[in-house]
Amino acid sequence: MDDLISLIVARYNYWVYIVLMMIGFYAMIVKRNLIKKIIGMGIFQTAIILFFISIGAKRGSTIPILIESHPGKEFVVHAADYINPLPHVLMLTAIVVSVATLGVALSLAVRIYQKYDTLEENIIHEKTMKVHSKKRG
Amino acid sequence: MKTVGLSAILIVGILLVYGTLDFPDWGDPSSPANRYVSQDYIENALHDISVPNMVTAILADYRGYDTLFETVVIFTASLVCFFILRTKRKAPEARFYRHIPTGITLKIEKGGRLPEGSFEFERIDSIWIPHDLIVRTGCRMVVPFVQLFALYVVAHGHISPGGGFQGGVIFGAAFILYALSHDLREGLSRFNEKTAILLCSTGVFIYAGVGVLCMLLGKNFLDYGALASLLGVESALARSHGILAVEIGVGISVMAVMVSIYYNLSSAGKQDEGL
Amino acid sequence: MSWELDILILTLVMVCGIGAVTVKDLLGASILFGAYSFMMCLLWAIMGAVDVSFTEASVGAGISTVLFVSAIFRTTRKTSD
Repeated sequence: MDDLISLIVARYNYWVYIVLMMIGFYAMIVKRNLIKKIIGMGIFQTAIILFFISIGAKRGSTIPILIESHPGKEFVVHAADYINPLPHVLMLTAIVVSVATLGVALSLAVRIYQKYDTLEENIIHEKTMKVHSKKRG
Repeated sequence: MKTVGLSAILIVGILLVYGTLDFPDWGDPSSPANRYVSQDYIENALHDISVPNMVTAILADYRGYDTLFETVVIFTASLVCFFILRTKRKAPEARFYRHIPTGITLKIEKGGRLPEGSFEFERIDSIWIPHDLIVRTGCRMVVPFVQLFALYVVAHGHISPGGGFQGGVIFGAAFILYALSHDLREGLSRFNEKTAILLCSTGVFIYAGVGVLCMLLGKNFLDYGALASLLGVESALARSHGILAVEIGVGISVMAVMVSIYYNLSSAGKQDEGL
Repeated sequence: MSWELDILILTLVMVCGIGAVTVKDLLGASILFGAYSFMMCLLWAIMGAVDVSFTEASVGAGISTVLFVSAIFRTTRKTSD
């Protein structure tokens, strides 16, 4: 029982991040409206970025900006004093790419609305099936 | 559909939770992610590059190739929005004008048109909201300070949190604020669409141009140490100046991309009436 | 920082996330998505990622919300789902 409690205390952060990812994933699969699907995609992306940032956190360390900017000759940097900056760099690129994808997805939604006059996925499916069967027969 | 969705997320969720049982503890300083390469980066950043902000140093110097292609990705996104949405400006069926002294609105059908620049009539959108004096004047006073702050964030990215991308987004947000509080047509007259797309490509050109300049001076692509002979300073300071030039390129590009995506999205391509 | 603050902000994040997906009015959903982005930004600032938090505050809680609202302005606001 003690083992289980210490396991939960050490790992509960990861489980909360997995719950957030699954909320976004559920929205992308189940919802019929296109804007709700795009919101689900956004939630999924930020939850994954949160997961990566949490890997680089260290207990008792400070932010990754060096304390001394003009040091003397004997200044030595200890890597254990600073939080790991490498996941932060990768996640900056991920945030830029996520806003680019959001712009493209919203443009596609506006164009679909201009053509089919609705944003519900089942009605769009019926309309395309009707056009397709008319072309065939 | 709902049962399929629920069962999918339960299966994937349980698999992921089973995978976290192998993970190192949260906040462990000796986990495998915190050793090897990042230890080298933390210990050598000040000595090699003389930039205290480690995230900017890694982003623009140690991993500069990734950042070049990130800028290309966001430039491509603005081009895609342009190609999907932009349509030709057809003559609208009816234009609406408002007589300023009395407040009467006119609707002129196809073919007729009042002369531009007349002082008594102003052109309004088909979904007209009365322009509030307080909102207009307040936003007009705030916009220069926002732009100044954006320039500070770009220039100070070496020492404090910030950098090219954050400053570019804030600068673009200042233009979007101007276009929101006044009319979209006024925003277009200050910063038109051709300038926006030209500036997007100029930013990427500056970034790649610095890399090619380093190659012409004898070293590898994007190795800023080659600029030491051009600027006449030592190698660590030359890398710091190379990072500044690259960040300015990224900032210009990101600013133009944000404004261009907003123009295309809020007018659904016609760039006639906006939010 | 203290773990109580962590748990409070994580609960708020989950509530905002579930709310953004469930609400039937699309404008309300996009505003809740903006609030979710801002709570994430606070969480990263607590964990020490100041650059990422700055970027998410300007991009997620700023530009992303404006783009959603202008897309909803050009399409419809109601949804049945």
